[in-house]
Amino acid sequence: MNPLTRFLSELQEVSLLIWRAFISIFSYPRYYAETIKQMDLIGVGSLPIVLLTGFFTGGVLVLQVFPTLQYYSIQNEAGNSVATSLIRELGPVLSALMVSGRIGAAISAELGSMVVSQQIDAMRALGTDPIRRLVLPRIFSLVVMLPLLTVACDILGLIGGGVVASSIYNQDYHVFATSVRVGISTSDLVSGLIKPLFFGLIIGAVACHKGLSTTGGTAGVGRSTTDAVVIASIWVIIFDFFLSKALQYLLDLGQL
Amino acid sequence: MFETQKIETNNSSDPFWTVVPAIELRDVCLSFDDKLILDNISVSVRRGECKIILGRSGGGKSTIVRLILGLLKPDSGRILVDGEDITDYSEVEMMPVRQKIGMVFQEGALFDSVSVYENVAYRLREQGHEEAEIEREVTRMLEFVDLADAINKMPIELSGGMRRRVGIARALIGDPSILLFDEPTAGLDPPTARTICELVIKLRDLQDVSSIFVTHEMNNVENLSSEYATVNEKGEVVFEKEGDKLCLINTEILMMRNGKIIFNGTDEQLKSSDEVYVKRFIRGER
Ligand SMILES: Nc1ncnc2c1ncn2[C@@H]1O[C@H](COP(=O)(O)OP(=O)(O)OP(=O)(O)O)[C@@H](O)[C@H]1O
Ligand SMILES: [Mg+2]
Repeated sequence: MNPLTRFLSELQEVSLLIWRAFISIFSYPRYYAETIKQMDLIGVGSLPIVLLTGFFTGGVLVLQVFPTLQYYSIQNEAGNSVATSLIRELGPVLSALMVSGRIGAAISAELGSMVVSQQIDAMRALGTDPIRRLVLPRIFSLVVMLPLLTVACDILGLIGGGVVASSIYNQDYHVFATSVRVGISTSDLVSGLIKPLFFGLIIGAVACHKGLSTTGGTAGVGRSTTDAVVIASIWVIIFDFFLSKALQYLLDLGQL
Repeated sequence: MFETQKIETNNSSDPFWTVVPAIELRDVCLSFDDKLILDNISVSVRRGECKIILGRSGGGKSTIVRLILGLLKPDSGRILVDGEDITDYSEVEMMPVRQKIGMVFQEGALFDSVSVYENVAYRLREQGHEEAEIEREVTRMLEFVDLADAINKMPIELSGGMRRRVGIARALIGDPSILLFDEPTAGLDPPTARTICELVIKLRDLQDVSSIFVTHEMNNVENLSSEYATVNEKGEVVFEKEGDKLCLINTEILMMRNGKIIFNGTDEQLKSSDEVYVKRFIRGER
């Protein structure tokens, strides 16, 4: 198969997986316990790394941007510039990348080893749809938890920025905070929250698809885990661009 | 439990029911990567019959079993379960069919992230039974496979044979009317292997369960095709050897070679077969 057809057929399979998971929302049985467990694993479990990422990213943004702003004597806008880039771009994208590394890998490794040890077959043989029982709770939890994680990342980023501004550049906390508050617009917040919804969907769908299509034993599990992380991360970054453009367009329309 | 079961499954008053085979494969072909694994296979398992499938390793025995469950789809041919053509069924349509089939996987295929209890309870839990009932049934099944004290262990803590027995308990729960055993006795000690054979005999003779029993071992074949179970005056289940006067045993043997069926018949026919390959297989020669 040439790369293009392979890409298209994978895209088709992932879309089909999302569709089948989606329609199973509307019928019984539903696996609430599994969903709660996944939310805990994905949300609470990823909180530390996402918080750390946010804090240091916010910090480094101020660290790098402050001298330039100072040069133009607009250092009071530091909070504004950090808030905008963090909430619009870095918060969603970095959280998604961290979660894709942590959760995408875990999901595809778990499902992959269930495939190679025939547990998926056993599940089907016992009359359960693996998509309903395994895929849906995972994708759903990612879609719900990633926006929340992103918010946590954003907040810690702003705190990190504030700490750097005040401790290294001796800026008053209030100046930073005011600049942040002035800088954030509703459209920033909306686009910063819509993005992670899609990123969660991408990570979940890619990881589940890669896991479930594992072939070739234990080595295959390793391969599909790597694939899941790489492909999900790349898609997050590519999708981010187009999503930003689309949201810019839509939110501009909304303001008219 | 036997009595209630009897009423549920014994629809013998309905003539249609007794005639329709429980499992039927019609001219099934399947190949993996250009290699023909099943070449025009036709098998029919009557209600209450036990079909033993013999054959070399890699001969396609597990593949047949997986086809019946709809885990694989054939390239051509038809597969029927209880007269229902499942060949083109989607995953969703397969679910009710799978509810009445119990499967013992060759590799066990236990869910390794949950306990033995949860593994065995799986089907009942999916069907939404009450916890008290689930607990009673799980305990009964685990006692039956002699694993009552492993109930709270994780599958990883069990030996290979114990895992197999948990797999058997998981397949039997919910009293499915069709059972598929993929080498259930491989790697088990002779007494345990015998218990499993007796179980299959009991299900066959007393509960009208149709089964497919994949095996390599001639011992199992001997057991399954020469004994039958009855209930004596005291209401106990007893096993009797097939005598000269009685030869009603509902067991047939099917032997496969290179994706083809080379033998199909009773154990007497197997022993007296002239086919060279069959003779060699029985004696364990290449
Ligand atoms: N998913 C698969 N992809 C490719 N080939 C396969 C696949 N599954 C099975 N095969 C091939 O099909 C053939 C039959 O396999 P199968 O598992 O049915 O054998 P078997 O008769 O059950 O053997 P054993 O007694 O060792 O369990 C083997 O040659 C195997 O290599
Ligand atoms: Mg096999």
